[in-house]
Parts: sequence; structure tokens; C-alpha cells
Amino acid sequence: MDTFTFGLTLTIIGMGTTLLSLWFLVLIINLMKRFFPYRDSNEERKEAES
Amino acid sequence: MISALQSGLTSLIMGFSLLTIQNIIMMAVGCALLYLGIKKDYEPLLLVPIGFGALLVNIPMASLMEPDGLLRHFYDAGVMTEIFPCLIFIGIGAMTDFGPLLQNPKILLLGAAGQFGIFLTLLLALFLGFSKLDAVAVGIIGACDGPTSIYVTSKYAPHLLGAVSVAAYSYMSLVPLIQPPIMRVLTSDRERRIRMEYPKKSVSPTLKILFPIVVTIVTCLIAPMGTPLMGMIMLGNLMRESGVVSRLTKASENEITNIVTLLLGLCIGATMEGSAFLKTQTLLVLGLGFIAICLDTATGVLFGKLMCFLTKGKINPLIGAAGISAYPMAARVVQNEGRKYDEKNWLLMHAVGANTGGQIGSVMAAAIMLSVLKGMGIG
Repeated sequence: MDTFTFGLTLTIIGMGTTLLSLWFLVLIINLMKRFFPYRDSNEERKEAES
Repeated sequence: MISALQSGLTSLIMGFSLLTIQNIIMMAVGCALLYLGIKKDYEPLLLVPIGFGALLVNIPMASLMEPDGLLRHFYDAGVMTEIFPCLIFIGIGAMTDFGPLLQNPKILLLGAAGQFGIFLTLLLALFLGFSKLDAVAVGIIGACDGPTSIYVTSKYAPHLLGAVSVAAYSYMSLVPLIQPPIMRVLTSDRERRIRMEYPKKSVSPTLKILFPIVVTIVTCLIAPMGTPLMGMIMLGNLMRESGVVSRLTKASENEITNIVTLLLGLCIGATMEGSAFLKTQTLLVLGLGFIAICLDTATGVLFGKLMCFLTKGKINPLIGAAGISAYPMAARVVQNEGRKYDEKNWLLMHAVGANTGGQIGSVMAAAIMLSVLKGMGIG
């Protein structure tokens, strides 16, 4: 593989995959936030009492 | 008797007689690094051992980097095996709070944009005639992350380790000087004044514990070659967030990080032996490293502008500059820059989120680079 092709391939795959992987992580974090929403201690106490 | 005295005295002045001009220059460089660390407070934890290592290795006949030399043992055991950067990553993970990032996950994308400088610098290095693996090592300075740079360089271009590490750590400490002019050139006055809303709700502790586990599984499956780096940073973070191994967390934050920083600094300094370091190539590496950090900042801010446009002005493009790994300097720079134009504009938490995103992004970019190179059969 010549130097130019090597550089261009690594740049395109590198930049593209970094962006896509982090975008995928954003989706996963948003999904996890739905399953594990923040509850303050007062809410939790009320739930436990009921 | 007289000849014995003569030969004894001769051996005492041998150090002076074997001192070369390159040794003297590198001793001066070592002293300059010590000055920057001690007097100017630029990354003293690193510059002091690096500067002193540079002094030690340039003393003729001390043979510290020869086989069986003291620094050679440290270097072979910690740098060539990649143990030191990985141990440092446990400490970084244990010290990092990903809370601000989890509150506003989309700013993680800025952490990806802040790594584009790595790849653009790699192209530039290839254009300037660097070999493929040397160009990879030079490009990785753009990760703005010392341990990542050392990890990749020791793997592919150990002869560039001194130049790459010095460039990475020096430019990280110069982030407050390098970034602001680029941020000003690329943003309008109106954009710099954008105030960002703070999420009303915090992040659940369960999410904080699950985050490092999920990130490890996802990112390491995408780029397995980066598992040592991402795995260690996330292990440190899991220990912090789980709260059940506070002794290990404290040890990672303090004792392990401190000991490894000292030894790593000495090893980097030990690669700065005059005849090996004083080359045109070193100057090129330092120049390209500077360009890499400028490009990171520029691409981060430009991506911030894109996000600002897509969210109809809800994101201040300045926080894009914090999408690099220099934590927490880059976040502080963004906060200070934003307040120059609007004193009541508090961008810090958003910038910290982007900054921690930059830490993940830099490791991810390096991991992808390593995996793609492996796939290409290079290295």
C-alpha cells in the first residue's frame, strides 16, 4: 500500500469510526438514562413508605 | 606510584573530557524543563522528573541507559512493556467524574471532533516524509494525552518517544496559550455569548456505575487493540463510582499514579540523550505536535458550531475546544474565554463534560488507529 493511500484510509476510517462509536455511546447513555433515571432521596423515601 | 596516581586522576576528569556539545545542549534543555516545572509551574509533576532524567542521561560514562543501567531497567520494564501508561490510566479513571458528561451525553461528540487533529497531522507527517509508523506516532500527539501518546509511540516508534512525549506534555501545559486565539478566530461575538442551560436532574448512581462497564464492553469490541487503555481508565472509574473499594481507589489516585509518574518522567528524560535527540526530525516532531493541537482545537470548535446550528443556538461552540484530552485545563480555558464576553456565562460544567468526552475520544481514536493498523498488517 502506498503512503498516500495508507494515510487517507487511516484518516477516513479513524475519523469516521471515532465519531460513529461515540455517537453510538451517546445513544446507549440516553437509553440507560431512561432505565435508570435519577431519583432524589425524598422520592425514594416516599416510595419505600408507600 | 606516580603513574597510578595519574591514571586515577585521569579517570576523575574523564567525564569532562568525554562531554560533547550535544550533551551540553541537552543538559541545558533539561535545566530549561526544570525551570518551567519549578519556577513557572508548567506540569511540574512531569517536567521535573523529565528534566532531571535528561540531565542524568547526558552525563558521560554514567551509562544509565546502557544495558544494565538503572534507567534502562525502568525503561524496559515500564515503557517498553506499556505498563506505565496503563497504570497511569487507572489513576486517571479513578480521578475522573463523568457526571457532567452523563447529564448531557451529546457533548460526547465534541470529544470525537477534538481528535481529528490526530489524523490530519498524520497525513501532514506522511507528506513531510515520515515513515508510516513514525507518522502514526507523531499524529498521536494530537490526542493531547500523555499516556496515550507514550503507549502508541513505544509500540510503533520508540526512537521518537522522547520528542513525542516532550511535545505532548509541553503543549498540554500550553493549552491556555494555544487555544484562545483559535477560539476567537473561529467564533462570532454572538456565539461566544450563548448561555447553555443546565440539566435540572442529576445522574443516578446506578448509571454512573454502569457507565464504565458499558463503555468498556462497547469500545473494546469495536477496537480491541485499545483494550489495555480503555480497560484501565474504566476500571479506575468503576472503582471510584462503586465506592466499595475506596482503598484501591485512593491508592490508584495517589500512590500508584505518583510512583508511576515519577518513573515515567525519568524514562522520558532518559530518551533525551544528545546524539539521539538533537536531530532535524525532533524539531519536525515538535512543530507537527503544535499543529496537531491547533487542529484539534479548530475541529472541536467547528464541530461545536455545527452542533450550535443543529440545536438552534443551544450549544456554545466554545465548548468544542474542550473536546481534547487535556483535563481540566481545556475546560478552564473555555470557562475563562466565555466569561470574557459575558461575565455571567457559566460554561464550566458543559466544558468539563466535553473534556471528559475528550478523554474517552482520545483513547478511542488511538484504539481505532491501533486496530486498523493491525488489520492492515502494519506494526
